[in-house]
Amino acid sequence: MTGTFVFDVAHLLAGSVVLVSLILLYQRRLYALLNVFALHAFFLALSVAWQAFIQAAPHLYITAAIALVFKAIIIPVVLHRMIVRLGIHREIETVVGIGPTMLFGLGLVALSTVTMLEVTVEADPLAREDLAFALSVVLLGLLVMVTRRNAVSQVVGFMSLENGLVLAATGAKGMPFVVEISVAFSVLIAFIVIGIFLFRIRERFDTVDVHELDRFRGEAL
Amino acid sequence: MALIFDLLVQGAQMALVLLAAPLLTGVVRKVKARLLRRRGPSVLQPYRDLIRLLRKEVVLAHNASWLFRLTPYLVFAATWVAAALVPTFAMGLHFSWSADLIAITALIASARFFLALAGMDVGTSFGGIGSSREVMIASLAEPAMIMITFTLALIAGSTQLSNIAAFMLSPDAGLSVSLGLALVALIIVAIAENARVPVDNPATHLELTMVHEAMVLEYSGRHLAMIEFAASLKLVVYLSLIACIFVPWGLAGAEAGMSALTIGVAAYVAKLGVGAVLLALFETAIAKMRVFRAPEFLGGAFMLGLLASLLLFVARSQ
Repeated sequence: MTGTFVFDVAHLLAGSVVLVSLILLYQRRLYALLNVFALHAFFLALSVAWQAFIQAAPHLYITAAIALVFKAIIIPVVLHRMIVRLGIHREIETVVGIGPTMLFGLGLVALSTVTMLEVTVEADPLAREDLAFALSVVLLGLLVMVTRRNAVSQVVGFMSLENGLVLAATGAKGMPFVVEISVAFSVLIAFIVIGIFLFRIRERFDTVDVHELDRFRGEAL
Repeated sequence: MALIFDLLVQGAQMALVLLAAPLLTGVVRKVKARLLRRRGPSVLQPYRDLIRLLRKEVVLAHNASWLFRLTPYLVFAATWVAAALVPTFAMGLHFSWSADLIAITALIASARFFLALAGMDVGTSFGGIGSSREVMIASLAEPAMIMITFTLALIAGSTQLSNIAAFMLSPDAGLSVSLGLALVALIIVAIAENARVPVDNPATHLELTMVHEAMVLEYSGRHLAMIEFAASLKLVVYLSLIACIFVPWGLAGAEAGMSALTIGVAAYVAKLGVGAVLLALFETAIAKMRVFRAPEFLGGAFMLGLLASLLLFVARSQ
């Protein structure tokens, strides 16, 4: 197997994760958002598995399996049920405006690419490329959280941000497995806590629109 | 002798696209009809329509200018030249040095420019609506097309279609996410440019949402025949573009003999057939968008093109 083929496949999979992050940005319906998020995690799992293969690091297969089982299956299914129970599955979010958001997202991808390629000149090309993509996924996850009003989609943004962290961790060789496991579990715990919070918010305000919280604090206009 | 052979091959390509264009439209219509469980007209119906239209007299508005009468021929000629330049079954055609991606885009854009002018020439409201919408869609599709051209030029090191196809056939091409993105973007642009379903409906006539058909509503007789023919040719141009860039297998090489050319023609016909079926499937599966959602659809193509060229820089870093 040639070096370019290895690099091409890694590039393809990590690039797909970035692409799905951009797709996440412009989903208006919550169901579609969750499906795209599952796809995001699926591509992440593929990418991590490929890294495990080329780095010959068997523990990365476990990371890939965690990504596949938890993030691509369990979390989307649970969120699905949650939005049905909250009764917001038909809601359409008014995002800031798709055009500007997408352009901003592309700007972030360009920014992280330029930054990472400048900073990591000496590193191995695979790691460089992986880090550039991971930074863009993290920034795009933040952008999803900023542009959304609905708490559930903010959770999705947070989860996709965490996917970016996993991508970065697998790209850098020699990341201890314990760290990865603990990151995965802390995210899971955060997810549970956020889930409980969602229901508390709904109980109190009859909505999961976070602008209601601002209004309650007297901050919104 | 070699020159005569070259010219013959080039002439064969020009005849092939001309003959295949109505058939392709017929096949797309037939497959769509079958998918909706209708029987549908014969695949040869577009030929009959064209012959019939050519025989009918032209009805002109009183205030139609020379531009209105000239435009159908201009549009047809420009589109035919574009179709004749794209490497359909062989790469080293005699005029392949001018088969540039930018030149082909420009030819098609100038055809559309004249059509939009002609739409406004008579001064009816339908023509005006059609022209303004067509130009809106074109102004969104053009940047996306430019990004696709950039991406392909960066990958293959040339904007000439023969060279791009040759590069794609060589083992250097490799797997690249950028190519996939460029393919999707090109498909979106092709759908918008050919006024196919999510952007415009080629089968409707009296509906306020129509774009292309509204623009050519005033045409009749042989003028309409030219415009319909040009529309089928344009579909052939875009399908051939996609086939030659992304599935170049079967293309005859520069110095190919008769047998390679025959294989090339057979492969080309097969590619067109597959493309027609896929197009019909896609059109049946999706509903038409509101006109004001077309910018989002085409913005997606632009975004994909931009992302494709961005990701190329990452790939270049190795």
